[in-house]
Amino acid sequence: MAEVEETLKRIQSQKGVQGIIIANSEGIPIKTTLDNSSTVQYAALIHQLVMKARSTIRDMDPQNDLTFLRVRSKKNEIMIAPDKDYFLIVIQNPSD
Amino acid sequence: MFSDEALGPVNIQSLWRKSQQSAQESKSCQTRAVHSAEAEVQSVYTAISGTQTETQDQTEQLFHQNCDETELPGLRDFLLRVEDMVIRELVGNASSHAFDGFQVNWEDYSLQVSRLHCLEHPSAQEKGLHVTSVSWSCTGAVIACAYGRIDNGDWSTERSYVCTWNLDRRGLRSKQADLVIDVPTAVTALSCHPDQPALIAGGLYNGEVVVWDTSRTQDPILAQTGMSADSHREPVYQVAWVPQEKKGEFWVLSASSGGRVLLWILDSDQGKLVLNAAYALVRQQVPHSSSSFKARGNSKVGVTSLALSPWDPDTFLVGSEGGLLLRCSFSSQTPAAVASEGQSVTLRAPAVFSFRPRSGPIHSVHYSPFHRNLFVSAGTDGLAHLHSLLQPNPLLSLRVSESYVFQVQWSPTRPLVFAAATGQGEVQIFDLGCRSLRPVATIEQGAAGEAATCLAFNQQNPHLLAVGKTDGTISIWQLSADLTEQSPRESSQLEQIANQVAE
Repeated sequence: MAEVEETLKRIQSQKGVQGIIIANSEGIPIKTTLDNSSTVQYAALIHQLVMKARSTIRDMDPQNDLTFLRVRSKKNEIMIAPDKDYFLIVIQNPSD
Repeated sequence: MFSDEALGPVNIQSLWRKSQQSAQESKSCQTRAVHSAEAEVQSVYTAISGTQTETQDQTEQLFHQNCDETELPGLRDFLLRVEDMVIRELVGNASSHAFDGFQVNWEDYSLQVSRLHCLEHPSAQEKGLHVTSVSWSCTGAVIACAYGRIDNGDWSTERSYVCTWNLDRRGLRSKQADLVIDVPTAVTALSCHPDQPALIAGGLYNGEVVVWDTSRTQDPILAQTGMSADSHREPVYQVAWVPQEKKGEFWVLSASSGGRVLLWILDSDQGKLVLNAAYALVRQQVPHSSSSFKARGNSKVGVTSLALSPWDPDTFLVGSEGGLLLRCSFSSQTPAAVASEGQSVTLRAPAVFSFRPRSGPIHSVHYSPFHRNLFVSAGTDGLAHLHSLLQPNPLLSLRVSESYVFQVQWSPTRPLVFAAATGQGEVQIFDLGCRSLRPVATIEQGAAGEAATCLAFNQQNPHLLAVGKTDGTISIWQLSADLTEQSPRESSQLEQIANQVAE
């Protein structure tokens, strides 16, 4: 488990990173660096978004699949790395 | 060969008895000793149990940790798989300038500054009263305006008004205020309560401070200071609501040209404002930061403007008639060097730091809502000075107008933008992000020579700006999108400006 923590620390130390969440395939947060309520909110909403994005890609081409999702907003950028069992959410303010 | 042989008798003793007897030979046998032991058993029932509740976050984390150790196979592999990709993207994103200056227009914002309403109160205009102060209610729907005079310093008993308009109301009548409060003398300052939409604090020309409750139709006066030993004796130029430690509680701070800053507790049951703390500013107690300033006897420092820090509840700024700009502290304990005039509390000297004095009265001071050290001040010299709290000299000096500047205020949404109301009637809007120190927008309407005396950004609807003028009109302007939409790197630009060292 130390390895997991180390990895999270390495990601957290990147420029502008505001928070990291790992959620499972049901959108339930497993690890987080944010406070409780925003973690739950982020994980649940982004889970829906990832599922929608993935089905969009697969519907267009069944051979294709979603590998990474970036959402740019006025205040920050949310990066999502999806996987079969987990997905990793990183929130970054690149102009920080 | 044969001979007789006499054979001896052979006796055989009878064994009958003996054999009888021998049969009686006794045998015995014995079983091995049976061991027996006694044992006792007894149970004693004791139990110790304890429980403790923890804050939700901690238990959550505990739960997470437990999960990790037991039932999260593949998490490590997953992280190792995605780590490189994520870090690559993060690094690339942080150094990318692809989105610099990129803005999406989701809503149909206007590109023009346009006037939405022009509000008037005809009976005030007939008397030639000026709008002295405007303030938005906390909901952002109601604009309150005070009528008075800015031109003559004569003591007058002319009646005046406070009017409110609800802009969200259907059928808004621009010449007919929703509520008109009659006031016996000119109103010089106005401030809406930060939480309660019905409460408005006002300062009067005769030195009184009043709190009106607009939800009471019969008698709107909720509390007033009256004319007592405690109250101001000269015009109140600014009133403000001061947040207290207890959430939702606000006291009223008032400043007058008599050199007093007074803090009042609102006692609505008795209909009174009770004096809690009093601060007096006199020249000899002003900290001197520059040698150019000479103290002249025991004269009062007439306060013309006041600003509360949104960051530090102990600090407020004061601008004076003589051009002094002072940082003051609520917690100051230094007694003021003035004779007591029968006040119920001791007068204290609040000034802790003096900025470079200006050449004329300072009409307005306003703290930046985006940076704890920045504020802007403006006065009769027509200049707006951008100050850092940490330096006596201004960071920037902008020429706003050839005439007076009556009020400056920062935009609530754009860190680099502030607006100034000038004596020539225009409102100049400055954007510090522009290289030139010229206004990015000039708002002007109506006859020249009617000064713009006050302005107020709407905190709830940041595209609205209210401007009051000496002709008795209040204009509500809709600001363009570039004046209300914050661009990505604006906060860091403001930080850079604040960290400059003044010449």
